[in-house]
Amino acid sequence: MTNKFEMNDPVADLKLDRMKQGLVGSPMDRPDGKMKVSGQATYAHEWDVPGRVYGFLVRSRHPRARVTGINRDAVMQMPGILGVYDDKRLLRNPAQGMADEAPVQGTEEVFYLGQPIALVVAETFEQARHGAEALEVSYTTLDDGVFDPETANIADDDRGRKALDQGDIETAMAQAEFSLDETYRTPGHNSAAMEPHCSIAEWDGDQLTLRGSYQMLKFNRNELADSLGIDPANVRILSPYIGGGFGSKLGIAPEAVSAAIAAKDLGRPVCVTLARQQVFDMVMRRSETRQRVRLACDQSGKLTAIGHEALVSNLPGETFSEPVVQATHFLYGGATRRLGIDVARVNRMCAGSVRGPGEAVGMQALENAMDELAERAGIDPVEFRKRNIPEEHPEKGIPYSTRKLHEALDEGAKRFGWEKRSAEPAKVREGEWLIGTGMATAARVNMLQESQARVTLTAEGKAVVETDMTDIGTGTYAILTQISGDMLGLPPENVETRLGDTDFPPASGSGGSFGASSSGSAVFLACEDIRKQIAEKLQADEADLDLENGEVNAGDQTHKLSDLLNGKPMTGEGHVVPGKTGEAVSQGTYGAFFVEVAVNSTTGETRVRRMQGTFDAGRILNEKTATSQCYGGMVWGIGIALTEELMFDNRDGHIANRDLAEYHVPVNLDVPDIEVHLLKERDPWASPIQSKGIGELSICGAAAAITNAMYNATGIRFRDYPATLDKVISGMAD
Amino acid sequence: MRPFNYSRAETEKEAADAGSDGATFIAGGTNLLDLMKLEVMTPDALVDINPLDLKSISTTDDGGLRIGALVTNSDCAADQRVRHDYPVLSKAILAGASGQLRNKATTGGNLCQRTRCYYFYDTAMPCNKREPGSGCGAIGGVNRLHAILGASDACIATYPGDMAVALSALDASVEIRSANGNMRSVPVTDFHRLPGDTPEKDNVLETGDLITAVTLPPPPGGTHVYRKVRDRSSYAFALVSVAAVAKMENGKISGIRLAFGGIAHKPWHDPAVEDVLTGESPSEALFDKAGEILLKDAIGQGSNDFKIPLARRTLSAVLRQATASGASA
Repeated sequence: MTNKFEMNDPVADLKLDRMKQGLVGSPMDRPDGKMKVSGQATYAHEWDVPGRVYGFLVRSRHPRARVTGINRDAVMQMPGILGVYDDKRLLRNPAQGMADEAPVQGTEEVFYLGQPIALVVAETFEQARHGAEALEVSYTTLDDGVFDPETANIADDDRGRKALDQGDIETAMAQAEFSLDETYRTPGHNSAAMEPHCSIAEWDGDQLTLRGSYQMLKFNRNELADSLGIDPANVRILSPYIGGGFGSKLGIAPEAVSAAIAAKDLGRPVCVTLARQQVFDMVMRRSETRQRVRLACDQSGKLTAIGHEALVSNLPGETFSEPVVQATHFLYGGATRRLGIDVARVNRMCAGSVRGPGEAVGMQALENAMDELAERAGIDPVEFRKRNIPEEHPEKGIPYSTRKLHEALDEGAKRFGWEKRSAEPAKVREGEWLIGTGMATAARVNMLQESQARVTLTAEGKAVVETDMTDIGTGTYAILTQISGDMLGLPPENVETRLGDTDFPPASGSGGSFGASSSGSAVFLACEDIRKQIAEKLQADEADLDLENGEVNAGDQTHKLSDLLNGKPMTGEGHVVPGKTGEAVSQGTYGAFFVEVAVNSTTGETRVRRMQGTFDAGRILNEKTATSQCYGGMVWGIGIALTEELMFDNRDGHIANRDLAEYHVPVNLDVPDIEVHLLKERDPWASPIQSKGIGELSICGAAAAITNAMYNATGIRFRDYPATLDKVISGMAD
Repeated sequence: MRPFNYSRAETEKEAADAGSDGATFIAGGTNLLDLMKLEVMTPDALVDINPLDLKSISTTDDGGLRIGALVTNSDCAADQRVRHDYPVLSKAILAGASGQLRNKATTGGNLCQRTRCYYFYDTAMPCNKREPGSGCGAIGGVNRLHAILGASDACIATYPGDMAVALSALDASVEIRSANGNMRSVPVTDFHRLPGDTPEKDNVLETGDLITAVTLPPPPGGTHVYRKVRDRSSYAFALVSVAAVAKMENGKISGIRLAFGGIAHKPWHDPAVEDVLTGESPSEALFDKAGEILLKDAIGQGSNDFKIPLARRTLSAVLRQATASGASA
């Protein structure tokens, strides 16, 4: 019997806090860590599949066209070439996260420069790549391409998505004691995962095995089957180790579908790996945004109105629109509210989820605006935010679950030494360097997703955890080991966690920061199932069991787990389903960033000198992996504040800087010592294990803290990201 | 990658003969292999010159240094004589690429690295340097990295390196073995070309020419500064860089050599800038005047317009540093 739990009420029993093994929350090393750093974890391209051959995707060299023919014969004459495929089922772009389907798109019509239009397969990767470069393609070019989102015509049904118009913002702005009406721009971003996208497809009769790099396997299986027109039951996806995803591996993508088509035809396993340039050309981008933020407040600094209206873009027909205003809905009060998103249809490659979709860039603009309004109102930025933490959700009128925003602001300020700050800009100088400090709030929605897991106690008293959950570098192997170790009283070396295989029970997948809570809850429930079976054997109450180091205590009985099992394994299954707590309360995660920067008064170069983040994300499952995720998020914050930008050529919509030499993610020298402090919290509304999402929280607002500090250093407001040195010097007097 | 023949040269003659037959030399390969994967460069044959005896740094008769063409960037930057007598060279090398790349990249190869123009790198785009006659994608396109001096209607690319900028400020020369075995010496400042209407030619090397060494004149003394301004702290190409070697006497600039990276198709050296500074007392007004002379013909292309004020600002800061009494940068 599966232990199924629907999250309809807050959980009263904080069971994990009563467990004796003491693993959950501890900074346990990740079990897969040594394998990863010593090159022994198998990433998609590294699977040794006998007889495999290599495919390379051919890109369109036109932004808007119809492919009228390919010169297959010429390429087939080249050494090692095995096939050239322009099958109707090839994908134009990846499926969006959790789409669960990937309908045939076809690639005959070209919608963006770089779009895949064919696959060349050869004995070696180099031969395939050369064949792809050499393939002659004839096109009829189309002249209806739109490349600049700011000048695109916007269809009526693309206007005001997720719009809210509460009260009259014009009146509220006119009547405000202090107000702000500014426009911010953020550029497109690439996920820039270290591991390029790769799939190896292998058929055995009608059974397809795909070794790929994917974040959400149960969806990916259905998407791949949908694309190919086959039964999902005939598809198995293996994705045990993933070299970073950041949203770019959420949905099934062209390389998987094309590998499967070619492998079926050739009767040999086919490996399709993207070159780094293709990761830029054809993998989901984060949309650029233009955001108009209006804020109004009264004499006391209480917000009376918030306007947050964004322009984003996507390909024609795509449903995703960067949810820029997601946190603006719930973070601050203010009775009058106007929020909405317009979508420009452009011929740039597909936009989708990238590292904290919505808040990463939405909080960037909102927190810049809050900093500026605080200054206009003459109130300290920390105090200004505290005054605007609402009692209840300002739109829905529902209460919040747990929310330690106030504490995060105070604790962060204390740890950073905020009180020593000079509030007046451009006052602190060290030689050529102007020094400034700034802060911002962190906020992100919290979600729970359906997830299942199976845990087996072997006859020897060891546990095996199985779920098709993924570990995209986040620490899933660690936290699932910790949860089951605590619940079953086993040291981590006696727990084996197996992930990334669709033969295992379907999990939430990794995305939206919900993976740890969702898959962790499923494992927790599966272990609870086992505990109940043990309790039954001992005629005891499950709640009275103490399990520790392979022993069971129930009242005056003590047994070794292995004795109790008597040679027979015991299996538990867990299944968590989101329920009414998702609507009854507003669930979010919160925090605060404090930053010190130095801006060079000669060259405009900016160096982040200190960065402090304090976060509230419910129960922390592993202090080390949670902290590492926060480090990573704050590093992305440095990137989107200062360096990262997809540079589009507006004549044809192509990306100019399509490699990691020219798309600048922060390097070690750009990253200072970062201090992360995690607040102690349990959110009984959020999940059966009282944890919440943490993966993306530390990106959401981080960039604003940096540019707010740059303002404090220089007196220049930065509203056009990234705040590169040219924008700094253009704001400086000579 | 296009298929190619590979051979190893055991002698300079073998290398030169292969080069005369159209083979491309490979040493560290840090730039060449990337470009071959992208089919931006498609040599039919590679000749590996790593076996050649060009890996040492020696003192020349006139008291200068001869740096073998196969000395790695890491070894050159770490050499005690270079660090002590030519610190601007060591600093410039260490400002470039990453530790891994510097371990592999060589002195001769570094001189030959190709531009980082986005359109040069993308075979779907027009580029006169890659495919003469196809046009220049960067003009009217994305050109943040591009030239403000010495560009042409055919090409606005920049030379991306750091080492050659320092070598230009040091008045170094490139020692070249011609296909027929004759040796010649070309000042580094004359080694790279301006694009004109033949941007496919980056430098003055002829078929079969082999760079055997870079020679430095006797230690120039003075204050050495290399300042590189870029979009992140490391592993990014210069937007503007300035190499300076300055000598002061009685509060006046008695001699100065300046070279600039990131602003032209070659390391930029303008004697008029040095002339205006020589014999003068350092002042902000003087530095401004030097900047005016340097940039009087500068033209922005849109996204690189900022390089004009940035070059002026960086030059002033470098001059301030290089002429400060007792300065050691």
